Amino acid sequence: MYRYDDFDRQLVAERTTQFRDQVARRLSGELTEDQFKPLRLMNGVYLQLHAYMLRIAVPYGTMNGNQMRMLGHIARTYDKGYGHFTTRQNIQFNWPKLNEIPDALEDLATVEMHAIQTSGNCIRNTTTDQYAGAAADEIEDPRPYCELIRQWSTFHPEFTYLPRKFKIAVTGSPNDRAAVRVHDIGLRMHKNDAGETGFEVIVGGGLGRTPFVGKTVRDFIGKNDLFSYLEAILRVYNRFGRRDNKYKARIKILVHEVGVEEISRLVEEEWAKIKDGSLRVSDDEIAQYIAQFAPPAFEELRDNDPEFERRKQAHPDFAAWVRSNVIAHKQPGYAIANISLKPIGGIPGDATAEQMELVGDLADQYSFGDVRVTHEQNLVLPHVKKAELFALWAELKNAGLATANLGFVTDIIACPGLDYCALATARSIPLSQRISERFGDLDRQYDIGELKIKISGCINACGHHHVGHIGILGLDKRGKEFYQITLGGDASQDASIGKIAGAGFSEAEVVDAIEALITRYIDIRNVGERFIDTYRRVGMDPFKEVLYGDR
Amino acid sequence: MSLQVVTANRLDDGLAVFMTADEGWSTDIRQAICAGDAEQAEALLARANTQKQQITVVGPYLIDVANEDGVLVPIKYREILRTLGPSVRPDLGYQAG
Repeated sequence: MYRYDDFDRQLVAERTTQFRDQVARRLSGELTEDQFKPLRLMNGVYLQLHAYMLRIAVPYGTMNGNQMRMLGHIARTYDKGYGHFTTRQNIQFNWPKLNEIPDALEDLATVEMHAIQTSGNCIRNTTTDQYAGAAADEIEDPRPYCELIRQWSTFHPEFTYLPRKFKIAVTGSPNDRAAVRVHDIGLRMHKNDAGETGFEVIVGGGLGRTPFVGKTVRDFIGKNDLFSYLEAILRVYNRFGRRDNKYKARIKILVHEVGVEEISRLVEEEWAKIKDGSLRVSDDEIAQYIAQFAPPAFEELRDNDPEFERRKQAHPDFAAWVRSNVIAHKQPGYAIANISLKPIGGIPGDATAEQMELVGDLADQYSFGDVRVTHEQNLVLPHVKKAELFALWAELKNAGLATANLGFVTDIIACPGLDYCALATARSIPLSQRISERFGDLDRQYDIGELKIKISGCINACGHHHVGHIGILGLDKRGKEFYQITLGGDASQDASIGKIAGAGFSEAEVVDAIEALITRYIDIRNVGERFIDTYRRVGMDPFKEVLYGDR
Repeated sequence: MSLQVVTANRLDDGLAVFMTADEGWSTDIRQAICAGDAEQAEALLARANTQKQQITVVGPYLIDVANEDGVLVPIKYREILRTLGPSVRPDLGYQAG
């Protein structure tokens, strides 16, 4: 795992000192709120409905045990004993006091954490596959490139005041778990005809009020050229991106208005000027970063552990958890263990201080001190011996962390919604809780199969509803919450934006509407079809029919 | 026009507060000073927006309220939540007592 060098340490320490001074000046009245707001936002401090919110960066979703325990400490010391893992692989705390946030940031810095690039119109925290370095299907670990992107983008002087925020996601696997096609830039690792590893560069994807699947500006860029190429894209965006209208300022609008051919031409033109400059990264430098993310000291094991098989036979609960939450590892005898933060009827993505501390300990004990945050608001222990899965599961179960629902109907993404967020138009969490309760029975979930429900409490789409197989958007209709359903969205390598099914539903009606959709799917699915497959085969009409009848 | 009160978030801890008759701020909406017409409302907001208030609160704004049996209750659900706390965590916020 990447360790800070002296530059990183100095950077974070100086930033914390600066922010302490800025907070003191705001509290004394020396700074007005108008002056202070951009400064606090650059340090991840928002003001929400009930209190401030502090968003802490988890670069590319990777943490060690100490860092996870520190999040528990922050929850207990500066908040109300819990935190909320987000769709950006970050964590946010809902109740910090402004005058205590500098202390919290100082505590975080002791474990090489911070709140940089979690807000503002900069290049945000880079996200990636939560199974990086562990997945059986990956070409190469994407994190060395994510770390290089972090170093290139952090406090980049040219890109601190972009037209709008800018999000980059990277996948090292053909099975995209990082939703790269709906980011400002998505990087998909693949090999060219010469057998070299590089990236497809996808630009202009995004959700929000104007969703787009990104478009490919270049099918292959070599590793050495990646960073100059990113710089060229950012320069084109910084120059031509619209600053006249906040709602048209993202690069997706530029790509849409100008066309991908023209964007590609501008990028190539800019890149030609800088490609042989200081941003060209040598093979030696890349090798140093790959070494930082070298695999842990795996033991040579047989892939099948008889004890593991016996435990599954003896404990159906454990077998269910293995079936849904445990994923193949590239190293024989190891597995990837997903920790669901979606207990039935619970709040998606929330974890208590005790749970965070326990997961930090379990990471040390079972997973070489490695723990991940997923954009679907769950946690992962990426390197667990199959022989130890049962012991891990037993500890997770005791802490309410062994819900066996990964990728199923109750594994719902939900934004904080109107329960916390100042921008929201409706609540998201209570709806996710009611859906979770309605479909909580495990056998029923397994019968339904993979189904991604994603809920946003406003048009900004933090809950990714546009790419939910079933998406739900909460709106305000004459002072009442009401919910619009979209179908057919997908965040994977087959990315698509969902289509609105029709008129929205009241809070009282919407869970029945979701159940009607699922019942229709079960009635008409072919063997082996997931909800999204059936939708793609039959289209919207059979689903519209159950929602609206003759309406 | 409905009745209005001025609300904001407190600068130091960010909690939702409501302006009182003495230009102070209370966490209890029942203590708020209430404007009966647009002119009074604008005057209240001006009192909340002074430079002195800047070191106490952030972003004051007017909200519509109803007087229900002598108790001021916001009309919009968003503002009701601000007087209570998250609906999904009744153990937190003002509703927790």
